[in-house]
Amino acid sequence: MENQLLSIITFLPLVAAIILALFMRGDDAAARQGAKWLALFTTSATFVISLFVLLRFDPSNTGFQFVEEREWILGLTYKMGVDGISILFVMLTTFLMPITIYACWNVETRVKEYMIAFLVLETLMLGVFCALDLVLFYLFFEAGLIPMFLIIGIWGGKERIYAAFKFFLYTFLGSVLMLVAMIAMYFDAGTTDIVDLLVHDFGSETISVLGFHVVGGSQTMLFLAFFASFAVKMPMWPVHTWLPDAHVQAPTAGSVVLAAILLKMGGYGFLRFSLPMFPVGSDVMAPLVLWMSAIAIVYTSLVALAQTDMKKLIAYSSVAHMGFVTMGIFSVNQQGVDGAIFQMISHGFISGALFLCVGVIYDRMHTREIAAYGGLVNRMPSYALVFMFFTMANVGLPGTSGFVGEFLTLMGVFQVNTWVAAVAATGVILSAAYALWLYRRVVFGDLIKEALRSITDMDRREKVIFAPLIAMTLILGVYPSLVTDIIGPSVTALVSDYTAALPADGAQVALH
Amino acid sequence: MTSVDFQTLLPEILLSGYALAALMFGVYTTKDKMAVALVWATAGLFVALALYIGVRGTGERLVFNGLFVDDPFARFAKVTILLSAAAVLVMGQDYMSRRDLLRFEYPILVALSVVGMMVMVSAADLMTLYMGLELQSLALYVVASLRRDSAKSSEAGLKYFVLGALSSGLLLYGASLVYGYAGTTQFAGILSTVQDGVPLGLLFGLVFMLAGLAFKVSAAPFHMWTPDVYEGSPTPVTAFFATAPKVAAMALIARLVQDAFGGVPGQWGQVLAGLAVASMALGAVAAIGQKDIKRLMAYSSIAHMGYALIGVAVGTAYGIQATLIYMAIYVTMNIGTFAFILSLERNGRPVSDIASLNQFAKAEPLKALAMLVLLFSLAGVPPMLGFFGKFYVLKAAVDAGMTWLALVGAVASVIGAFYYLRLVYFMYFGAEQEPAESRMAPVQWVMLMAVAAIMVLGVINLFGIEGPAKIAADALVL
Repeated sequence: MENQLLSIITFLPLVAAIILALFMRGDDAAARQGAKWLALFTTSATFVISLFVLLRFDPSNTGFQFVEEREWILGLTYKMGVDGISILFVMLTTFLMPITIYACWNVETRVKEYMIAFLVLETLMLGVFCALDLVLFYLFFEAGLIPMFLIIGIWGGKERIYAAFKFFLYTFLGSVLMLVAMIAMYFDAGTTDIVDLLVHDFGSETISVLGFHVVGGSQTMLFLAFFASFAVKMPMWPVHTWLPDAHVQAPTAGSVVLAAILLKMGGYGFLRFSLPMFPVGSDVMAPLVLWMSAIAIVYTSLVALAQTDMKKLIAYSSVAHMGFVTMGIFSVNQQGVDGAIFQMISHGFISGALFLCVGVIYDRMHTREIAAYGGLVNRMPSYALVFMFFTMANVGLPGTSGFVGEFLTLMGVFQVNTWVAAVAATGVILSAAYALWLYRRVVFGDLIKEALRSITDMDRREKVIFAPLIAMTLILGVYPSLVTDIIGPSVTALVSDYTAALPADGAQVALH
Repeated sequence: MTSVDFQTLLPEILLSGYALAALMFGVYTTKDKMAVALVWATAGLFVALALYIGVRGTGERLVFNGLFVDDPFARFAKVTILLSAAAVLVMGQDYMSRRDLLRFEYPILVALSVVGMMVMVSAADLMTLYMGLELQSLALYVVASLRRDSAKSSEAGLKYFVLGALSSGLLLYGASLVYGYAGTTQFAGILSTVQDGVPLGLLFGLVFMLAGLAFKVSAAPFHMWTPDVYEGSPTPVTAFFATAPKVAAMALIARLVQDAFGGVPGQWGQVLAGLAVASMALGAVAAIGQKDIKRLMAYSSIAHMGYALIGVAVGTAYGIQATLIYMAIYVTMNIGTFAFILSLERNGRPVSDIASLNQFAKAEPLKALAMLVLLFSLAGVPPMLGFFGKFYVLKAAVDAGMTWLALVGAVASVIGAFYYLRLVYFMYFGAEQEPAESRMAPVQWVMLMAVAAIMVLGVINLFGIEGPAKIAADALVL
């Protein structure tokens, strides 16, 4: 039973989606309500079961736990399991999904299909974090595009078609390159089992491809193929441009899932595949990735300053925060990687909450233009408070979870590359600038817009949605060990394996 | 000639005998009134023969003095051909009946062309190869122009005929060169000749033959006839073109290069790889601008043939296995898709322009969902079965050290995804307008839903076709 827990968690939402699709008929108010309740109930049940997994999880064991293995087609295996790195992503997903479902309570068009899309999406996201077979991972990773494509395309805003296509094709291109790399790995190692691949030694002798000398050999090539996929998913500068479009056009709940969970797949991929499987390749490329992250942090922060659309601003801020994540990951030391994972978890709560904040006023005014608002504090005191809290968390105020992640990643990268750390640190200031400026324009000042005079404060449902997010942001901000204790041993193992795998003289030296 | 010879050829003999008897029956009785019954009888016979071939013994038999071979590879291809032909026949019956197109010759011609295909995949000699190919093609030329009063259909038939005759000429010229330099028409004899060096003339012959066969699978750059013929032919006929003949021609290519030229993969591997790359690229790019679903499906099939050719081009048993599985998945997807296209109409007239799909999902959510699954499967997005087909051939390419081919295939699949998504876009978020109606005969509905279910459920174990495909591939290559 215990070995099937992960499969149960993963496929429970899918079962609910099938029930919805096959047995829910009609489109009257009762059917809609039923679909919503079923989705809420299922996602909550999934969360409860995943809590059980978390309690039974042994952080001191750096191997995979709750492993389930079965025969599958093509000589592949169906293998699921979690370790210290993936378990928290599973928790993040199961925690956020009920909130997301509850947040779209007042969707009225094609409710049944909407719920099905989100339930299927949850299954696929959980599958990504639990899969221990390359192809199984790819399957979940890719299939997630389908429901998201539909969520943006059907329930999105005015430019939704463009955004949906851009989202799909961008990520698809990245992923198929990864697929070819996966096949190549299979023929090198003779297995697609991630556990075996983690200890397999991929060739790192310098090779010549089309006349270029590739330092790090096939490891660098494989790294680049995976990088194409994860960098797009992350998204890293300069392949981030799909994200603002997708975010702006997606419905609120879609934005929340996209920012809070889907983006984390990129970071998770780096930690699960790139670093441990291609250490030499990662080492060769790390300086480039670090600088790309630094550019992302500063550049997208500046771009965020210039936005007139609230969602777009938060989307760019997400790209900047993901810059901290990649920076932490590729500094490859305990603080950096700890910080990166922490930042991803915390960003899941904060960015999700910020998109919900935008959703609250969008539901009332049906515009996301910053200029359309101003002086909301006069009519919506509790909204002003919640928005203030998450703005501060986004800025990285000590005491919130945002601070811990940024601090740890900066500390990690400082030990590796001081210049990158210095550039990235300016991003902290810039993030304060755009976030506070947004807050001032939307919330403070006098209420002079005629349309806003009758705006109402948050109702009980909206408050209920924000409560758990506020709680988690505060708890993690004050007591970060909650996370670092779980990920710590696994990260230590990751970092020491990585360091041990590098040649003594260092491939990096060869590059300079 | 012994009884073993005839026993081995029994399915083909039965089917030819049936076709001739049915022809006499049709001529001397009430003509087209019997057509519906004939369609179902023919389809029933196809299924029965597929079952018979499927369960009939194992092993390999070379009969008629080495003209005809019956091995697991041929059996796999025949079962696929027969089943897909049966499905397409019954699927189009309602469409043709309602439009007064159903002549009694139609099922008979299809049966004859299926006999041709069965001979093709069992060919062990250049003569058998050509005979099967011509029987198949001649029957198809006629059905392409089945709608006699339509200029487009006649044009399609004529175009198909002229270009098909040209390709047959190329093939025949190549075959004569091969015969001239090898001194034999038997594949086994050619194989032993090429073992000790390939004379230049033989090489020319091989290339001509491959060009002729590339016409039949509509691989670029020999694809020109495909979009016009697909568009002009009545839709049930188009569905037939897209399925069984493709399997037969693909199997024939594999048979020829492995059985007759297996010792020198270097001589044809690059040619086929070139065809594969051109087809994938052209199919992906040219389909983007199409406004007609049937034309779009033509380009889609060109692209798919490119992927299937990868498996043959790499020249390994694993590659052949990948191609067989790819083709099986491909025909299944096409059957479902054409079941849907057949049902599209407006005021009783068939429509096939893409814009008529606008907002289709609102009117028919279930059918739209099934099509959604099929389109993502055609695009090769997991977890649909179409992904596993692509995965298989890409794996075969990397396995054989042709990573570049796999890379091209991967990139082309992204470009190709765009136009499948475009159909999804029209169905789900297209402009507000009255969508075309979808009037489905029960059998079409069943096909569409069954295929959609297969595409999703196949992820569990591929319905066990891996094993037979492997046996078939091993039999061909070893």
